[in-house]
Amino acid sequence: MAKTRDHLGRPVVAVTGMGVVTSLGQGLDENWAALTSGRSGIHRITRFPTDHMRTTIAGTVDFLFEDEVRSPVLTERLAHLAAEEAVAQSGIGKPGDFPGMLFMAVPPVEIEWPARRDFYAGTDPALGDAYDRMIAKVFSLNDADTFEFALYGCVADRTADHFGTKGAPISLSTACASGASAIQLGVEAIRRGDTDAALVVGTDGSVRIEGLVRFSLLSALSTSNDEPTAASRPFSKDRDGFVMAEGAGALVLEDYDAAKARGATILGVIRGIAEKADDFHRTRSKPDGSPVIAAIQQALDDGGVSIDGVDYINAHGTGTPENDKMEAMSLEAVFGERLAGIPASSNKSMIGHTLTAAGAIEAVFSLQTIRQGLIPPTINYVNPDPAIPLDVVPNKARHQPVSVVLSNSFGFGGQNACLLIAAEPA
Amino acid sequence: MTDANRDEVWITGIGLISSLGEGLDAHWQVMAEGAKRPTEPDLARFAPFPVFPMVPLELDRQIPRRADQRQMETWQRLGTYTAGLALDDAGLTGDLDRLSRMDMVVAAGGGERDLDVDGQILAGLETAAAPEAFLNERLANDLRPTLFLAQLSNLLAGNISIVHKVTGSSRTFMGEEIAGISAVEVAARRIRAGQGDLFLVGAAYNAERKDMLLSLAMGRTLWKGEPRTVWERAASGDGGMVTGSLGAFLVLESRAHAEARGKSAHARLGPVLSGRSRRRPGEAAEVARKQFEEIRPRLRGDAVAVLSGATGIAAATQEERALLEQLAAEGLVDGIRASQTLIGNGLETAFPAQVALAALAIARKGFYLPSDGTGIERPRAAAPSQVLATSWGFWRGEGMALVEAID
Repeated sequence: MAKTRDHLGRPVVAVTGMGVVTSLGQGLDENWAALTSGRSGIHRITRFPTDHMRTTIAGTVDFLFEDEVRSPVLTERLAHLAAEEAVAQSGIGKPGDFPGMLFMAVPPVEIEWPARRDFYAGTDPALGDAYDRMIAKVFSLNDADTFEFALYGCVADRTADHFGTKGAPISLSTACASGASAIQLGVEAIRRGDTDAALVVGTDGSVRIEGLVRFSLLSALSTSNDEPTAASRPFSKDRDGFVMAEGAGALVLEDYDAAKARGATILGVIRGIAEKADDFHRTRSKPDGSPVIAAIQQALDDGGVSIDGVDYINAHGTGTPENDKMEAMSLEAVFGERLAGIPASSNKSMIGHTLTAAGAIEAVFSLQTIRQGLIPPTINYVNPDPAIPLDVVPNKARHQPVSVVLSNSFGFGGQNACLLIAAEPA
Repeated sequence: MTDANRDEVWITGIGLISSLGEGLDAHWQVMAEGAKRPTEPDLARFAPFPVFPMVPLELDRQIPRRADQRQMETWQRLGTYTAGLALDDAGLTGDLDRLSRMDMVVAAGGGERDLDVDGQILAGLETAAAPEAFLNERLANDLRPTLFLAQLSNLLAGNISIVHKVTGSSRTFMGEEIAGISAVEVAARRIRAGQGDLFLVGAAYNAERKDMLLSLAMGRTLWKGEPRTVWERAASGDGGMVTGSLGAFLVLESRAHAEARGKSAHARLGPVLSGRSRRRPGEAAEVARKQFEEIRPRLRGDAVAVLSGATGIAAATQEERALLEQLAAEGLVDGIRASQTLIGNGLETAFPAQVALAALAIARKGFYLPSDGTGIERPRAAAPSQVLATSWGFWRGEGMALVEAID
């Protein structure tokens, strides 16, 4: 049988399973119904008190645990739910025996305040400073579970155990581009022939007080607390920041021929991937947009698609003044006059910014957009920004055939990642 | 060009800093020539845990702008500094054209905290009338906006882009030792597959911080008191590791790319293999034995030298020791050394440092002095032309790489 190859002679990377959890619900069907009816999952934070906070809203996932759990525990649960849905849909392998590698975007790990307070309580001041005292306490506690969940590799390792993926898992962090970077690693591994299948997950259950404070101190968050569902306003003139959120997206990637040979349903293909680092500033993009422009252009080149071939842009669209302006400017630089004819919407208007998970979740929604011929809207688009000449699919989903999607993900630290996601080749 | 050549990954630049000094010469002098080490393990500052401290660095030499230095925490400064050393060594500093195409894979932890703020908040919480509100107020007022960026794992890579202009792709792997193993492995695989021909790979670890010691103490992974050698620690009860401040970056390059720019290499990077086990007795050795068998066809006749990444934690170190002794008994390896006896465990940095030290030995056509009283580190008669670098994580993850002379 002839091997299927892309325009550069490489194996084609198919998607055969996908799963998602966000503040809108669990599972693709529930999420898709909400997303295409323009519903927001943003709400007031109830997980912890928000006294003294300028931002009191988020898209937390609160329906999985009765009591408060540590971030990595929620992060792991979100990942497992999304991955279980993806693996089940793909029909690959056997339960606990996934025949491929694991690439996982996970948030950085830290001991959290409730734990820190527990460690500190009742310790003897004579032991030294606060950390000396906590160290003495944890040494006597000798709690393996707390220890393991404080390790950076723990969630991916436990996920590898759970799904029986092969080899050492990769835990990835490229800030808010992590989910897209994880997909890129999976695509590259399959193109190399290192593996026929890859389980790719982006997950984030890390909305906690200190994270909220950190983003708030960087003036990145919306403070439109009065009406939470209207707070995330990508591309609007009155946008005032992003809304932190949680969730997970998972994809089963497979070598196209291997997937066809086992009779799998092909949900789409990851046709092009690209990445370009910015050297300008830790949180701001180079003013001329050149790294973002390069990432978009490279994704088109890698996928062998011209600007006329792109039907829809799943924008990064965080709702910060800076990002949306930069993203629109860069898209304009690449697509020129053609841009006006390409719908470009932001899922974040409804699910918020799921941070580490965003790129994976939005890849799932991009695939579903192709499969359904239905484009999720950018909601809360009431005051258009005249400086942003995008067709943002305002407020209402649009029926329109889509076969190629550009999905953008950008992150602090100069991370710019773009994916070109397409329908199954004819 | 033959297919074999196309597959070749060359190590053309190395940046290395530790408690033994800065650069390749400093490490060679202490580890191979027996020079006195410039620092001693610090037993006092983090008692009861010893720590190998970083030698003093002139940060301005690699991070000229003070504003950049201020935006980083220590581990990022160490990493950005070491990345600069590696680029210098590879002759790429200021080569903006090549740097703009250079891909980066960084292994990182992160989360370096402001311990004073934490201490003040914890003390205040004990007497606060409304503890949650107090916590919120203190965090909002006391955290520096820039601290977050100094904590984010991917901001070491971000700082390297800013300071050194490395702006191809940029990926950061997390997860203790296995992150460093995977970083080197993925870069090597990408070069061999033609998915890039020039990579900067590495990590940095600041061991001189109590927040990390707190995490590591939870698992009782740390040795207390005088460090001793990893083999001696492992033979004493549960053993334990000693952490060390460390920076290690490698410039990896396809042979064709290096030759086209007239650059020679320290050594060639052979197979790099990552693996994992649940660490039940015998499992890690099984993974490592499989890795060895995969590499075995590449071994020349002269018995490969081994640079072990054993941590001193008893179970894993004794298991690796038994495997290495078995391989020695089979005549397959000759000359076993454990680098962590001298530089400590730098977690994510451990494996890149192992590869760097293996390449150094190849480049200098020699090997390191035995440093152990338990009998495993025996003298080796001839210089090795191949060195096997291992790293078993203190928790999980097993890696192995072959580093060899270019014929």
